[in-house]
Amino acid sequence: MAIPQLAWSDVRPAAIVLVSGTEVILADRAIRMLRDTLKTEDPSLEVSDIEADGYAPGELLTLASPSLFDEPRLIRVSNVEKCTDVFLEEMLAYLSSPADDTYVVLRHNGGVRGKKLLDAVRAGTGGGIEIVCAELKKDSDKYAFAVAEFTMAGRRITNGALRAVVAAFQDDLSELANACQQLISDSSAEITEATVEKYYGGRVETNAFKVADAAIAGRHGEALTLLRHALSTGADPVPVVAAFAMKMRAMARVSGARGGSGQIAGALGLAPWQVERAQRDLAGWTDEGLGRTIEVLAETDASVKGAGRDPVFALERMVGVVAHRGAL
Amino acid sequence: MSVWDELTGQSEAIEIFRAAAATTASAAGTEDSTSMTHSWLITGPPGSGRSNLAYAFAAALLSPGTPEGDELAERQVRARTHPDLGVLSTERVIISIDEVRSLVATSQFSPSVGRFRVMVIEDADRMPERTSNVLLKALEEPPARTVWILCAPSEADLIPTIRSRVRTVRLRVPNVDDVAELLMRRDGVDLEVARRAARESQSHIGMAHRLATNEGARSRREETLRIALGIESVADAVTAAGRLLAIASDDAKAITVERDSAERENALRSLGIAPGGTIPPALRAQLRGLEEDQKRRATRSLRDGIDRILVDLSSLFRDILLLQLGAPIEPVNEAIRPELDAAARDADPAGTLRILDAITLARTRIDANVAPALSLEAMLISAVRKGSSS
Repeated sequence: MAIPQLAWSDVRPAAIVLVSGTEVILADRAIRMLRDTLKTEDPSLEVSDIEADGYAPGELLTLASPSLFDEPRLIRVSNVEKCTDVFLEEMLAYLSSPADDTYVVLRHNGGVRGKKLLDAVRAGTGGGIEIVCAELKKDSDKYAFAVAEFTMAGRRITNGALRAVVAAFQDDLSELANACQQLISDSSAEITEATVEKYYGGRVETNAFKVADAAIAGRHGEALTLLRHALSTGADPVPVVAAFAMKMRAMARVSGARGGSGQIAGALGLAPWQVERAQRDLAGWTDEGLGRTIEVLAETDASVKGAGRDPVFALERMVGVVAHRGAL
Repeated sequence: MSVWDELTGQSEAIEIFRAAAATTASAAGTEDSTSMTHSWLITGPPGSGRSNLAYAFAAALLSPGTPEGDELAERQVRARTHPDLGVLSTERVIISIDEVRSLVATSQFSPSVGRFRVMVIEDADRMPERTSNVLLKALEEPPARTVWILCAPSEADLIPTIRSRVRTVRLRVPNVDDVAELLMRRDGVDLEVARRAARESQSHIGMAHRLATNEGARSRREETLRIALGIESVADAVTAAGRLLAIASDDAKAITVERDSAERENALRSLGIAPGGTIPPALRAQLRGLEEDQKRRATRSLRDGIDRILVDLSSLFRDILLLQLGAPIEPVNEAIRPELDAAARDADPAGTLRILDAITLARTRIDANVAPALSLEAMLISAVRKGSSS
């Protein structure tokens, strides 16, 4: 019998609540919501924390044993992915006979450690539920997350504003969540693009590869804007050059190969999609241009590592050369 | 049998040191001698035997009563276990300031068995400026019985304040015949192989030894040259750069991998962990320290490998240039003469010179921490473009 797997927002009390997955902010919220629910049910709730990586024998049993006034107990166990052997043993024993009125939350951050325990919980021993907090990778997932934030708060937001917020905080979900909360608490009327612009004016989170894509496709202006955005949201010049070098290297290698993309991929040790990508990127490039560009990349790498005075200038020059396909 | 026998083709330098060791041996009390001083710097091209000479001198100084060195001292110096010998050599990219500080501290002790305490710094050129400054005071006024010996490729590698505090002895590039003769005498290689190895290593004794005794190293070198001659387009250049890098890392691995696992095994044994047993968390930090050291060594080893390749390539294009100019000098890569002739016909001297410049530029860039793959690609691409455009 498999146990129910729920989203973080559907968390409900159960004897064992397994919170798995790498997205910390979702897990924290689920655990907080669970505590709030239990606290409203019975204000005398006793909350205790255990760290599974520094677990002392008997701790769990002490905390879970019935108390004089029979309060409900919430035991939050963190770091189950690094748990000690003793913890594993005692938790497994506990699963087979859970205490009454006790809710145990197991926070597991992913990884193989404690698999035996996870399997036991998932098989239904002890009557648990699992809250899955997998990382939100796709833009559509983040978009849905932001929508849920505003609906939960009962606030209206225009589509354009929503897109702007999500674009401004691509890298870190907790930043996105905080930004949503801030918008909700600081503005009173409907949230429009103007509001987002006021708080997060023009911020776009991007990375070196997007800059490289724009530059290689010849979109000079866009590439420069993206470069500035990338630098101001935390990208370092050195990895930017490395990203360019990686893309140009693949292009140069593919440029000399003949045959279908499958064959080329096999011969060069690249994935077929990388080859197709490089072939698409190569449109409009000459051998001479590729050569000139790679020389400029090497020069830029030296400049950003101390040979030049201004790394950002060196990067902008490089973007220019790449966007003009080596002619400059 | 004397400590000076093993050294090849450096008779002038040996005379200087032998004289210095002789004055200290005969007239330990008199102060009128000018051949001995307290701080020495041995400079010379890589592979000319700087550190060997330094240790020979150390052995001579540490042997009581004879400038030829006695066997006991020599053996202890060779094992680096002589109580009065302090050694600093590095397998990383730079020498750290803490290492130098502790060496300076030990240099203040009196000698325990011999007449001198000898401090040797191999690779003194790997000290950054801040680290070099730590040495200044110790070099200028060492205790009466302490002698410093530094080794570096050239005086320019050290800061002026160090240069002014040491007496410099220059080694020259040993000639090919001397190196070949050493290989035959010491390693029992036959004449033809020995001469070729000596020539191709450009008289670098250590490299010559490797080329002469290691089939893999020889074939890797040949492949390098073939690759460089066969480049026609940018795609070729990038592929070739990847291949060169792979050769360099093979070369580097051949040197480090075996040692890495042996060291790890030793460390595990001394920590009392059975082979295959789990490592308790409390001991992981120690192993991590070891792994970091090994990683630093691997970085250095890879860089050295790349540099060897670049040296080989510049020897190749030097040969081509010589042939183009008709200079009557024996090419380094005599073994691939037909290819050299063909390449010399295909280009002109100006183009070849530009390629040599590109190689020098790549070496400086790699020194400045530019990604090795990128510098090699840029270098080979310049080789294609400049070689053919003229």
